[in-house]
Amino acid sequence: MKKYAAIVIGAGHNGITNAAYLAKAGLNVLMVEKSPWIGGASVSQELYKGWMYSNCSYVCSLLRPEIYRSLNLAKYGLQVVPYGGSVTLAQNGDILGSYVDDDVARREIARHSQRDADATVRFHRDIMRQCRFIRQYLLRTAPDPTSFRLRDLKELLHLGKAASRLGENGLYDLMRFYTMSIKDYLDEYFEHPLIKAARAGSGIIGSAMGVMSPGTAYVLLHHAMGEVDGNMGAWGFARGGMGAVAKAMNDCFTDHGGETLCGSGVERIMVKNGRVTGVALENGNEYLANVVVSNMTFPRTFLECMDEKDLSPAFLKKVRNFKIRGSSGKLNFALDGLPDFPALRGNHELIKGDMHLIDSIERLERAYDDWKSGIWSQDPYVDMLIPSLTDPTMTPPGKHFMSVFVQYVPPKVHGKDWTDAQRDQFGQTVINQIENYAPGFKKLILHAEVRTPRELENEVGLTEGNIFQGELTMDQLLFNRPIPGYAQYRGPARGLYMCGSSTHPGGGVMAAPGANAAREILLDLGKPNTVPEGWLDD
Amino acid sequence: MIERRNVVIIGGGHNGLVCAAYLAKAGRKVTVVEAANRVGGAAITREFAPDFRVSACAHLLNLLDQGICKELALEKHGLAMAKTGLKTIALSPDGQHLALSGEQVDGKVPDQDRVALKEFRRFMDKFAGVIARLHNRVPPRLASGQTRDLVGLGKLALDIRMLGREDMREFLRIAGINIYDILQENFTSDLLKGALGLDAVLGTFSGPRSNNSVFTALHRLSGNTGQSPGTLSLPRGGMGSVSQALAAAARQHGAEIRTSSPVARILMENDKVAGVQLASGEQLMAATVVSNADPRTTFLGLLGARNLEAGFAQKVHHFRVHGNAAKLHLALSGLPEFPGLQNDLLGERLVIAPSLDYVERAFNHAKYSEFSQQPVMEIIIPSVFDQTLAPEGQHVLSAIVQYAPRELKGGWAAGKAAFTDSVLTVLEQYSPDIRSKAVMAELLTPEDLEKEFRMSGGHWHHGELSMDQFLMVRPVPGAAQYATPVDGLYLCGAGSHPGGGVMGSAGRNAARVILAS
Repeated sequence: MKKYAAIVIGAGHNGITNAAYLAKAGLNVLMVEKSPWIGGASVSQELYKGWMYSNCSYVCSLLRPEIYRSLNLAKYGLQVVPYGGSVTLAQNGDILGSYVDDDVARREIARHSQRDADATVRFHRDIMRQCRFIRQYLLRTAPDPTSFRLRDLKELLHLGKAASRLGENGLYDLMRFYTMSIKDYLDEYFEHPLIKAARAGSGIIGSAMGVMSPGTAYVLLHHAMGEVDGNMGAWGFARGGMGAVAKAMNDCFTDHGGETLCGSGVERIMVKNGRVTGVALENGNEYLANVVVSNMTFPRTFLECMDEKDLSPAFLKKVRNFKIRGSSGKLNFALDGLPDFPALRGNHELIKGDMHLIDSIERLERAYDDWKSGIWSQDPYVDMLIPSLTDPTMTPPGKHFMSVFVQYVPPKVHGKDWTDAQRDQFGQTVINQIENYAPGFKKLILHAEVRTPRELENEVGLTEGNIFQGELTMDQLLFNRPIPGYAQYRGPARGLYMCGSSTHPGGGVMAAPGANAAREILLDLGKPNTVPEGWLDD
Repeated sequence: MIERRNVVIIGGGHNGLVCAAYLAKAGRKVTVVEAANRVGGAAITREFAPDFRVSACAHLLNLLDQGICKELALEKHGLAMAKTGLKTIALSPDGQHLALSGEQVDGKVPDQDRVALKEFRRFMDKFAGVIARLHNRVPPRLASGQTRDLVGLGKLALDIRMLGREDMREFLRIAGINIYDILQENFTSDLLKGALGLDAVLGTFSGPRSNNSVFTALHRLSGNTGQSPGTLSLPRGGMGSVSQALAAAARQHGAEIRTSSPVARILMENDKVAGVQLASGEQLMAATVVSNADPRTTFLGLLGARNLEAGFAQKVHHFRVHGNAAKLHLALSGLPEFPGLQNDLLGERLVIAPSLDYVERAFNHAKYSEFSQQPVMEIIIPSVFDQTLAPEGQHVLSAIVQYAPRELKGGWAAGKAAFTDSVLTVLEQYSPDIRSKAVMAELLTPEDLEKEFRMSGGHWHHGELSMDQFLMVRPVPGAAQYATPVDGLYLCGAGSHPGGGVMGSAGRNAARVILAS
C-alpha cells in the first residue's frame, strides 16, 4: 500500500490549489477525485458536440491574483479575458446598461435619475472601501477570538489596527454595512427602482436570503472584491471555460510531482486513535497518509466520509446545524444563433456581459418568498451570459453557448426530493422568462442542460446544491466558518484538514481557502511556507 | 419678561420624566413641556370606551430599570403591580395550548423540547446579560482615541469574554443571525417555536427568518428589572401609573411639568440652542434643551435640517422608522371563552403565533406594504387582575397586532376596517364568542399611533431596533452619546441607546451626560 505525505480529497479548484502548494513544498501528494474529470464546480464539459460548457461556475474574478502568480497559472495556459457590457432588462422594455466609458455610463444612469448618477460615485467609493478592507483578510487565517495564543492575539491586533485605519466614520459604515440588508443599504444611495434592482442581485446570488434580509449587503462584496488584471470589481471569462482554471492549477500540481486519481470517491477517511491514517476509496483501494485534506463540503466530509464514532456528538450536532441551503439553479444552452433582445437591438456591447432580468426589489423579494415556501421562483431572477461572444473557442462559428444562473431554487420541493418532471417544469419556467425578453429564444435551443440543487449535489457534491459550500451569514463567516473553534482549517482529528469553500473566506472561484489550508498544514509539518502573503491593496 | 431656566425637556414620555427627575434631583431648574393633556407619552392609561380604560400603547412592563425604581422611589410615588410574572400562553387552534413561564412549559410538547427549553433559556438569559449591562452605559465611540471610549469598549469585550469559551463562541455565532434557525436547531414543537419566535419580532420590521431577530430577542430579555429576564408585569392602573409615579418623583425634586404645551420649534442663537417656542407662541429660554421626541421629529421637524450639517441630516433622514405593529382594544361585556384554556389562565399573556412559518407568512405581507391576512397577536386581559380598568364584571382586552406597516398600499383610511375584521376573524378562531362579547372595539394603526403619540412612523422604539441602529450607531453616528452636533441640544428618548420599551435608561443616561458636561 503506497504511503503519501498528504492526500487531498476532491479536485475542486481549492483542492488542487491546496495540493499544488503542498507539492511545491516538496511533499508527495495524492489527490483523489470522485468524478472522471477534475475541477469540481470549476469545469468545462462538452455536453453537446462542438460546444464547450462552463456548466457550473461560469465567470472568473475572485481568483486571488497572489495565487494566479505564485502558481504561475499563466504559464500553464490560464487566460482570463475581461468582458465588457452588462445590462439589466426591465419588463417594460427599458434597460439599464453599464458601459466602460465613464461619461457614457454616467449618462445612462442619469437617463433614469440624475440624483442616482451622482449617488453612484459615492456608492462605488464606499463599496471599494469595504472591498479593500476585506481583501486583506482573504489570504489570512481567521483568529480565534477566544484564544490567548500569541498568533491569535497578533491576528486580532492586526484586525484592530486595520479597522482603526478606517477612521471613526469608516468603522460606523463598516458596522452598518455588515448588518444591513442590501435593500436598506441601496435605499441610502439610490431612488430609481431599476437601478436598485440591478445592484440588489449581487446581494443574494448563491444565498438563501432575500434582498430584504439583514446581512445581504455584505454578500455584495463576494461579487465586487474580485479583479481581472488588477481592475478591482472586473469580471472575465477563463478562455476555454472555467475548466481552464482547474486544468492550469492541476498542471502546476503535476509539474511539482503531484499525482491525481480520478473516478473513485472516498468511502471513508481512516482514523486511528484520534489521528488520520489515510483514505479508503469506493473502489476498495486504500491509501495511507498522516495528512488528509478535504475539499468536500463541511457536512459531506464528516457525515458521509467519516465514522461517527471518530467524532464527538457535540461536533456532529454542529455539523448537522451547518447552514448550506441550495438557493440557485443553472441552465446551460447550446444555441443555433444569437438570441434577439428587442431592447438591445444594435447594442452589441451590452450583450457581451451579464444580462439580468429584473426590475424591482419587490420582484426579487417575492422570488425569495417562493423559495421559503418550498418551491422554485415562479418569476425567477436570472443572470445570463453568452461567453461565446467573447471566447470563440467555446462553440462552432456563428453558434453560441449561453449560461443562465437562476434564483431562487430550493434544495427540496415542499420538503420532498426533486423529480425529473419538476426539474423540467423548472426549466420551462426559466425558458419562458427568457422568452419574455427575447422572443424566438426557444427556437434557437439546440440543447439545454437544466440543473437544480439536486443535480449540483449529485454531480458536483455540493451539499444541498449550495454554490458557496455554506451560507455566507454572520454565524458562518471569518472565525465562525465553518463553525466556531474549527475555523483554522484543522478538523477534529489530528492530521485532518479542510480546504473547501466551507472554510474562510468562503465561496466563489477564489482558491483562497485551499491556499490558507496549505499554509496551516505546512506550519504544522514544520515545512517552509509556499503560500504567498496577501498584498495590501493600498 | 422671559423666565430663565437651565433645562427644557421636550416631551413628557417616561424617558423625558426620568431625565427630568434626575436633572432636578441634581439641582437643575427643569421644565418639561408635553404636547398631550397628560404625561406619559406611550406609557399612558386612557379611556377608550365609557368606563373602560386601557394602556393605549405599551401594555406590559418587562424592561423598567430597577435602579431607577429605587433611586426615584417609584413605589413611594404610587407605583404598584397588579400582577407580576405573567405566564405566556401559546394558543393553538386545536385548543392544545402551551403555558410557558421561564424555562418551564406545560402542555403537549415532547420531552426533548422541555430539556431544550431549559438550555435555550440558560444561554439566551446569559447572552441577554451582555446587552443588559450596556443599558446603563453611554455608548462608546469607535476610534475616537479617547480613554473613556476605550474603557467602554474594553468593558464590552470583557463582558463577552466572561461568558466563558464555549458560550462566547455561541454568542458570537448567533448574535447576528435569525431566531428561526436557532429555534429550528433546538426545538421540534411548532407551537413552542412560534411563541418563542414571536418575542423576537414584536415591534420590529422583521420576521423570524430575518437576520437580527436573535438580537431583538435578546434585547427583549435584557431588562434590569431585578426579576428573572423576560419577567412580565402589569402595573395597577395600567402603564399610565408608571408615568404618574415618574412625574410625581420629578415634581418632588422640583421639576416643572406643563401639559398641553406642544413645542413648535427649537430656538437657536448664534449656533447654540437658546430654548423652545411653544405652539402658543410662548418662548421658553434655556441653554440646554433635551428632546424626548424621536430623532426624526427632533432634528428634521423641531430643529430643521437647515441647522444641521448636510451629511448628518442625511443620516437622520435614513434612520429607519417603519412602524409595523397595531394596537387592538376591546371593551368586553364579560370574560371571553378560549376553548381549551382554563379561566384562571385568561389573565396571562396569550399569544397567537402557532408556528414560525405562520409568523413569517404574516411578515411577508408587510414587506410589500400590505397588512397580514393572518396576523400574529400578543393579547392581555389586564382587567382580570386590575378592577380599576373596567366596570364590575366587565373586561378590557388589549392586543399588539402584527403586521401592519405604517405605509399601507391604498392608505389606512381605506384599509383599517378590513384589517380590523381580519384581526377579529383570527381572534374568533381561538375565542368564538369574542365578537358577541365585544361592546366596543378600537384599533390603532401605526398611523394612529404616530398621531396620538407623536412617534415618527408610529414606531414604538422611535426607530427600528437593529444592529445597524444600536449602541454607537443609534440613532445615528454623531448623536449616539445623547449629545448632538448642536451645542446644548440632547436626546433622551427611545431613539437613543438602549432603545424602546418602558425602560427609562435612555432618560437616565442622558441626564448623566448632561450633568457631566
